[in-house]
Amino acid sequence: MNQAYEISHLLSGVMLVTSFALLYQQRIAAVLNAFAAQSIVLALAVAWAAWSSNRPDLFITALIAFTLKGIVIPVALRRTVTRLGIHREVEKVVGVGAALLVGLALTGLAQALVVKVASGTASHAREELALALAIILLGFLMMIVRRNAVTQIVGFMSMENGLILAATGARGMPLVVEVSVAFSVLIALFVFAVFVFRIRERFDTVDIEALDRMRGDRR
Amino acid sequence: MTGDLLVQFLAQGAQMTFVLLIAPLAVGVVRRVKARLMRRQGPPLLQGYFDLAKLLRKESVIAESASWLFRSAPYLIFALTWVAAALVPSFASGLMFNWAADVVALVALLGAARALLALAGMDVGTSFGGIGSSREMMIATLAEPAMMLIVLTLAIAAGTTRLAGVADFFLAEPFAVRVSLALSLVALVIVALAENARIPVDNPVTHLELTMVHEAMVLEYSGRHLALIEAASHLKLVLYISLLICLFAPFGMAPASAGVTGWLIGLAAWTAKLLFGAALLGLWEVSIAKMRVFRLPDFVGIAFVFGFLAILLAFLTRGVFA
Repeated sequence: MNQAYEISHLLSGVMLVTSFALLYQQRIAAVLNAFAAQSIVLALAVAWAAWSSNRPDLFITALIAFTLKGIVIPVALRRTVTRLGIHREVEKVVGVGAALLVGLALTGLAQALVVKVASGTASHAREELALALAIILLGFLMMIVRRNAVTQIVGFMSMENGLILAATGARGMPLVVEVSVAFSVLIALFVFAVFVFRIRERFDTVDIEALDRMRGDRR
Repeated sequence: MTGDLLVQFLAQGAQMTFVLLIAPLAVGVVRRVKARLMRRQGPPLLQGYFDLAKLLRKESVIAESASWLFRSAPYLIFALTWVAAALVPSFASGLMFNWAADVVALVALLGAARALLALAGMDVGTSFGGIGSSREMMIATLAEPAMMLIVLTLAIAAGTTRLAGVADFFLAEPFAVRVSLALSLVALVIVALAENARIPVDNPVTHLELTMVHEAMVLEYSGRHLALIEAASHLKLVLYISLLICLFAPFGMAPASAGVTGWLIGLAAWTAKLLFGAALLGLWEVSIAKMRVFRLPDFVGIAFVFGFLAILLAFLTRGVFA
């Protein structure tokens, strides 16, 4: 039991670190690599939970996470990036340092929040939940601080990784919900991709700052 | 009883001598590994000793504008670094002065040495010294908070900031994977790279004016002053490798109750681990490029982020927030 818990804690911790890597990386290719790494670690964490707590249905979740988010989505996004020709550094709203500091604050917030809200539950379930919440918040942050549409997609997907991790720890997501979530994420990817190409056609850039002008706020 | 005290005293003295004697060899190993990996012959392993001996024999040239600070700084820097390096438990945790080997004290000693070096760099008034000092301070302001966070993480885990106590705790503890410790290991490695002016933070072998940090500060020194500063920087490298060994891989170290045989085993284990660490450093330096100075805050910032995460996770595991 103790060993099982140590390893799942380690895997969730590594996922949190990859979330920070997503915030830290400068180039789109590196961001995609970090995202793939995060998804693969998620698959490992879910598979470990399935094996250690004897819930075989979770193996399917792990498999979905590995094939879809570890391989298919990063490869698809990389193709998109190649077709758009955006290998340059990612445009950001704030600097790396500020983003990392905000990320740390959010991690602290997640922990304080979970401890307050879920004070009755077992301590390891609480830790898993705190880590998952931190990953979700960091995904949000990533969507906010990056102005590039492709990295916003990555932020969204990383948020979803956090959700799956939370659901694994919470012992209660039925498989049907799981599968449908996985496929809606895939569909969301297609929608995003179409949008990215449309944005680019219209404005000649995937910097979403251009959309502000469209709304008429700026000038 | 008196005999026992004498043995204890000699053991502590042996540790002080060992770190001093092995330091140039460790640097020699780093250089040799780097050279061999680049398919060069490389300097002999003992080159560090030859260099120091040569410098000690040479006359010291001092600039006209130098003040007393410039002349006294090398001695103070060397003394501070030596004391710090000798305090880190190497082959045994129960030495005589182990109560003084507090991590906070260690950070303070190194901080004092760094402040002196930065002041000495600015003393003569050349532009290179000033640049080096300001960059060194920029790196230090980022590395020192990270270092303190790492120290606090370990202190939370072991319940003490005494290095010997922490080492004893991890020796007694069964091996376990802990996220907070893994994170603080990475953070400490980054801090060690930054503090020792190794690649990717600084390149110790170049005197290229745009990039040098440590070398820029000591550019004005020569003769025995330079020898002392070089010896201090070798000692600092040994100190950090030794600290990493003591905190994260203390196996083989003699516990407080061990006798002379335990010490000898500990000494062999420590020397092997130290040289292995030096070889790893050489491998790392060959496989990575130096960073731009303006990207350094990001790199050293990672150490801060990891240290912070480690301490958050350590708190979470112990349920301090509840």
